[in-house]
Amino acid sequence: MVASIQAVAPHDVALSIRDLTVNLPEGMERTHAVENISFDLKRGQILCIIGESGSGKSVTANAIMGLLPKVIRVSSGAIQLDGMNIIGLSPDKLRSLRGRVVSMIFQDPLSALNPLMTVGAQIDEVMAAHGVGTPKSRRGRAVELLTEVGLPDPELMYHQYPFRLSGGQRQRVMIAMALALEPTILIADEPTTALDVTTQAQILELIREIQRRKGMSVMFITHDFGVVAEIADSVVVMEKGHIVEQGSAQQVLKSPGHPYTRRLIAAVPRLTGEDRVPLETADKTPILKVEGLVKTYRSGSALFGKERVVPAVNGVSFDLAPGRTLGVVGESGSGKSSLGRLLIKLLDCDGGGIVFEGQEIAKLSEAEFRQLRPRIQMIFQDPFASLNPRATVGHILTVGPVAHGTAYAQAREEAKALLAHVGLDAGAFGRYPHEFSGGQRQRIGIARALMFKPKLLIADEAVSALDVSIQAQILKLLDQIQRETGVSMIFITHDLRVASQICDEIAVMQKGRIVERGPPSQIFLDPQSAYTRELVAAIPGEQPGPTRPVAANG
Amino acid sequence: MRGFLLNRLSQSLILLLIVSVIGFVVLNLLPGGPLAQFGLDPGMTQDDLDRLKEQLGLNRPLWMQYLDWAWRLLQGDWGNSFRDGAPVLSVIGRHVFATLLLMGTSTAIAIAIGTWIGIRGATHRYSLFDHLATVGAMVALSIPTFWFGLVGIYIFSLKLGWVPAGNMYTIGDGSVLNYLHHLILPSLVLSLVHVAIWSRYMRTSTLDAISQDFVKTARAKGLSERRVIMKHVVGNALLPMITLAGVQLPSILTGALVTETVFTWPGMGRLFLDSLGYSDYPVVMGLLMFSAILVILGNLIADIAVAIVDPRIRLG
Repeated sequence: MVASIQAVAPHDVALSIRDLTVNLPEGMERTHAVENISFDLKRGQILCIIGESGSGKSVTANAIMGLLPKVIRVSSGAIQLDGMNIIGLSPDKLRSLRGRVVSMIFQDPLSALNPLMTVGAQIDEVMAAHGVGTPKSRRGRAVELLTEVGLPDPELMYHQYPFRLSGGQRQRVMIAMALALEPTILIADEPTTALDVTTQAQILELIREIQRRKGMSVMFITHDFGVVAEIADSVVVMEKGHIVEQGSAQQVLKSPGHPYTRRLIAAVPRLTGEDRVPLETADKTPILKVEGLVKTYRSGSALFGKERVVPAVNGVSFDLAPGRTLGVVGESGSGKSSLGRLLIKLLDCDGGGIVFEGQEIAKLSEAEFRQLRPRIQMIFQDPFASLNPRATVGHILTVGPVAHGTAYAQAREEAKALLAHVGLDAGAFGRYPHEFSGGQRQRIGIARALMFKPKLLIADEAVSALDVSIQAQILKLLDQIQRETGVSMIFITHDLRVASQICDEIAVMQKGRIVERGPPSQIFLDPQSAYTRELVAAIPGEQPGPTRPVAANG
Repeated sequence: MRGFLLNRLSQSLILLLIVSVIGFVVLNLLPGGPLAQFGLDPGMTQDDLDRLKEQLGLNRPLWMQYLDWAWRLLQGDWGNSFRDGAPVLSVIGRHVFATLLLMGTSTAIAIAIGTWIGIRGATHRYSLFDHLATVGAMVALSIPTFWFGLVGIYIFSLKLGWVPAGNMYTIGDGSVLNYLHHLILPSLVLSLVHVAIWSRYMRTSTLDAISQDFVKTARAKGLSERRVIMKHVVGNALLPMITLAGVQLPSILTGALVTETVFTWPGMGRLFLDSLGYSDYPVVMGLLMFSAILVILGNLIADIAVAIVDPRIRLG
């Protein structure tokens, strides 16, 4: 449409965005998803677009793919793909570009593949949709692609259904699919966010390696400056629909110009190899002693054979002193969440003991344990799903204590005081959860747990769903609360950087066992087990220790 | 898979046992008893009735009657009709084809039309079509089937004369075309409410599937919208519908019984009503067990179908 009057982009630019503005439908909190953004993706480079949720980075990607929802429209600007402006192109023309000139991989590999089609059929489909090859040649190409992305036994893999594959393997299939027609540009929308840290390192390595080998141009969307440091050639920083800073990765990371960039970099949890100054408590006797805890999941039927037995927690023992924080880190399936649920007796253990304040609780019945419940509280991962949307914040906070015998008037006063304490104004009492942001909701979740004046807090991935800057605030709040109330904490997380910030001691779990336990200085600077070393090495963007290239400039 | 089948089969048998006990007990709790019909006959004396009771074993305790009945049932002897002494199985056999024909046809119609409406409603959400489908479904759901049947007969048979008003075929003409001609109106009437239910569920299921990430992947691959819907959305949307088909079976069966009465369709529905009127307990119990088996079998088939279609269950 306007391609002819646009200046033709220089040949070394694969993708050029000029003054792009995308409108949001009326009634949203702002009028534009992105406003007047311009940047170039140079041929054969990796451009990282970084920003927090709501920054407009995914909208930009969808605009390039021509996949914006109908209610969101590009109102002005140009997107030049290989020198051709794609704004205003017919849907059919756009479709012919997708998968062939520009392809995309997504955040969650578990849901990005069709569960009813084999891996091979899904790769084949890209080529068939663009009329490339014969069924036989496509099959050969698909196996070749599966080999190329490093999947074991590609011939067998071709016939597999996605549910048989791990998250990392599925992301490799996504990459194979995206590469099928050798596109000029690959857009990767947070492709490693949902993966374990070691898998993330492998996928990042794969993307970088393929990009170099094929000279592909990659637009990599992320919220993690660690990932940026790992793979970016250049960086675009977005905030609320605007580009606040762009430049080479070197320049943005070493000397960020814009305050927002500086704030983002500063908020990235750093691996501190330093130990926390422990809280001095008068009483040193452990508040919690766990010994030989065992939980085994059984699926299938014992009666008809084919029973599957998965040891989720396998002989875990540790002590926790008052006022201390124990970090439990591990990858998905390591048993860390099962451990948390066992401790609060949301799950019953199959063996071993849990002694809380000198009392054996593992064998207690639900009714006997009920009076202890207020003393052990949990903070949940998802601040959106863990608060009842139909209850006011006040109700959420007071219902528990009132059920345990506190007078309502007293509970209300305490709730209001706690809301102020966790950084919300007292007006929050009468409002509903949907009126709050993710970070604020997590504060409500923390206030809810604190209403019981617990002795032990179990935080299961309590900051994982939050943006980094919010993450930092919540960690600070938890630290402050611990110093004021002397509560002990078990902090379950997959993120070693987060654990290094808040924990006195860290237990690394693998396949239901604690493989190593020690203060952060040991875990990060002098790991004793091979698995811990592997985990630490996989952390994107930085190496722990006194010489931390990225952190040094934070 | 084998374990799953064994599991479901044993569940089904227990279910049948429960159904038979409840059916037997409730039926015998009814006032009058199985011989009430004969009692109305002035030619029957109390002695005759007692002798009949003795002959039929009705003077034994209920639990013994049940065990005797159940034991024979297991051996394939479903008893004899009180009315004409014919074996229950052959009485049912004479009527089962008509009912299955009606049920099968209207289920096929309901699934075909309902699926289409559901998909179109989901892909064109809030369009005029979608709104009309929503209103239409509400209307079809809120009006009883027999009313549609009567109105259908009035309009299409009496006024327009397009289709016959009842029966399954014209006596003396057993051609397929003649059967079809008779089948159109009752099967459409019976399917109406199921089109409504099926299209509503299908719409929701399609909307669920459309919002899945793999649909975004399919679009990003450059597939045509048609292929995205047909290949990626519909397959995944139909998966939960298979179970629904199984669950809907009893309601289709009940609907068929009502429809048969309206259209004088010579199926199990009419047999059931007639037998109940005659206190023909063996046939009523037989029909009860037969429908229970039909429904349980239908659900079993639905479960197996899901297991076959979904690789996560088939191979998992």
